[in-house]
Amino acid sequence: MAVDIDLEHVARLARLQLTEEERARFGPQLELILEHARKVGEVAADDVPPTSHPVPRANVYRGDEPRPCLTHEEALSNAPDPFEGRFRVPRIVEDE
Amino acid sequence: MTDVAGDDALGDRQGYELAAALRRGETSASEILEATLRRIEEVDGSVRAYLRVTADEGRAQAAAVDERLRAGGELPAVAGIPIAVKDVFCTKGIRTTAGSRILEPYVPPYDCTPWARLSAAGAVMTGKTNCDEFAMGSSNENSAFGPVHNPWCLDAVPGGSSGGSAAAVACGEAVWALGSDTGGSVRQPAALCGVVGLKPTYGRISRYGLIAFASSLDHVGTFARSVRDTATLLSAIAGHDPMDATSLPDPPRDYTEGLDAGVGGLRVGVVEDWLSMEGTEPGVRDAFQAGLDALERLGANVVPVKLPHADYALSAYYLIAPAEASSNLARYDGVRYGLRVEGDGVVEMNTRTRGAGFGDEVKRRIILGTYALSAGYYDAYYGQAQKVRTLVIRDFRQAFADADVIAAPTSPTTAFRIGERADDPLAMYLSDVFTIPADLAGIPAISIPCGVDGEGLPVGFQLMGKLLDEPTVLRSAHALEQELAFAQRPALVSSRG
Repeated sequence: MAVDIDLEHVARLARLQLTEEERARFGPQLELILEHARKVGEVAADDVPPTSHPVPRANVYRGDEPRPCLTHEEALSNAPDPFEGRFRVPRIVEDE
Repeated sequence: MTDVAGDDALGDRQGYELAAALRRGETSASEILEATLRRIEEVDGSVRAYLRVTADEGRAQAAAVDERLRAGGELPAVAGIPIAVKDVFCTKGIRTTAGSRILEPYVPPYDCTPWARLSAAGAVMTGKTNCDEFAMGSSNENSAFGPVHNPWCLDAVPGGSSGGSAAAVACGEAVWALGSDTGGSVRQPAALCGVVGLKPTYGRISRYGLIAFASSLDHVGTFARSVRDTATLLSAIAGHDPMDATSLPDPPRDYTEGLDAGVGGLRVGVVEDWLSMEGTEPGVRDAFQAGLDALERLGANVVPVKLPHADYALSAYYLIAPAEASSNLARYDGVRYGLRVEGDGVVEMNTRTRGAGFGDEVKRRIILGTYALSAGYYDAYYGQAQKVRTLVIRDFRQAFADADVIAAPTSPTTAFRIGERADDPLAMYLSDVFTIPADLAGIPAISIPCGVDGEGLPVGFQLMGKLLDEPTVLRSAHALEQELAFAQRPALVSSRG
């Protein structure tokens, strides 16, 4: 069974603009990769637990101690559009 | 070693030789750096290992080391050694792009832990090295800033994703380098460039300040031209870091201790299916076999082992890594750093920024990962891949009951031509078939040069060990290195064969 991937939908989920040329090129490539990747379903039985990290560690906490951190200026130093000490973004909420 | 001063090949020396010469007063950190910068000047126009040479910063660091020497102070082992840093490591005040347009203007306000430790110990930075965009690739062709050329054959790739770091160390443009290994990105380019590449246990080296690709798979690794130097570099950067929650609490050690203990009686496991695998080049198989023979001559016992689920490891990797990448790379949205392409409203700005800022391979993986995690597909893809990961780990546990280390070729092929696999992502992914299992299992693995193929291109010999058993991996690699005495250096020629 061929793998069917709705590129437009997935690209929207990923907030990723694709050109028509990219969609035409990536489509067949991704289908081929997914065909190969689907092999994982052949061996992963129900009784096999999943692994998220190779060396599991749980409840890792740092001591709650004050220490130096980035200054306000440093934190904003790479912002594409800093404004009055903040990160400015285009309008998020539509006009009422 | 006498009269090394003024020698233009200082960057070609081993770090331990330079360290000894420094302490004997035969050279200075500044002389070592200047010789290395001259080599960069001479060859990097054709190799293109560096995105940025940090001569000013390096000179200041070298002068500080020379000052400490004059004052008669004790120096850490890495002091004065020129080190190249892959451009996925954040370096304070030094532009860091991850090989991507989307981070082209980014100047980190802080240092990653590995470089912070090296810097505090007096290491000297030569520059930031080229790499595949966000470390995604096996050829360095996915860099937004152009490919790196393999010093052994300039028409060929250096491997990836840490291609610039491997190439720089191969031709004396740096003595050591830092890299990152998520699916083989240190070991595979080390193999293709004829140098030593180590990926230690997951969590052994802090990843604080390493630009994230796939967090359950990302490892910091090292490049050098000998196992002894590799052990010295690892000793300087390994150890717990409260800034990285995945960093292991086990106390650091001096990894140069016990290197010379030999391999008498050591059980070396070999996965026989891998050698007969379609796509493994005869030249790779022959050089690997010569390495096994050498280990046997030294008294090791070669035993067959099985990794029955290794066939599925590649498939699992190409679901897990893109899935984690699609999440990690969500932060590049045009708000806090990097590129912004304006748009009508925030979603359009995000979407255009990402469309303009990411290259082909990163886009493919973001789509692949988003798809594998999306409603209705999660269980069939990501969930199943995580179960395969469990099976791969169980396989290794079983294999390490019969073997102390497991040997395999690092890559099924030697360096391939630039452009040869660029339009076939799946063929490119197969470059990592022998390196991915160690990333999935988090176990330490090293690649050392074990010979050349019929075209004179280097072949890598990989040794994998149990979790945190870097000492056995390094000891066996050191013994093999001494026995093989591989001394060929890259010729910087444009074609071979």
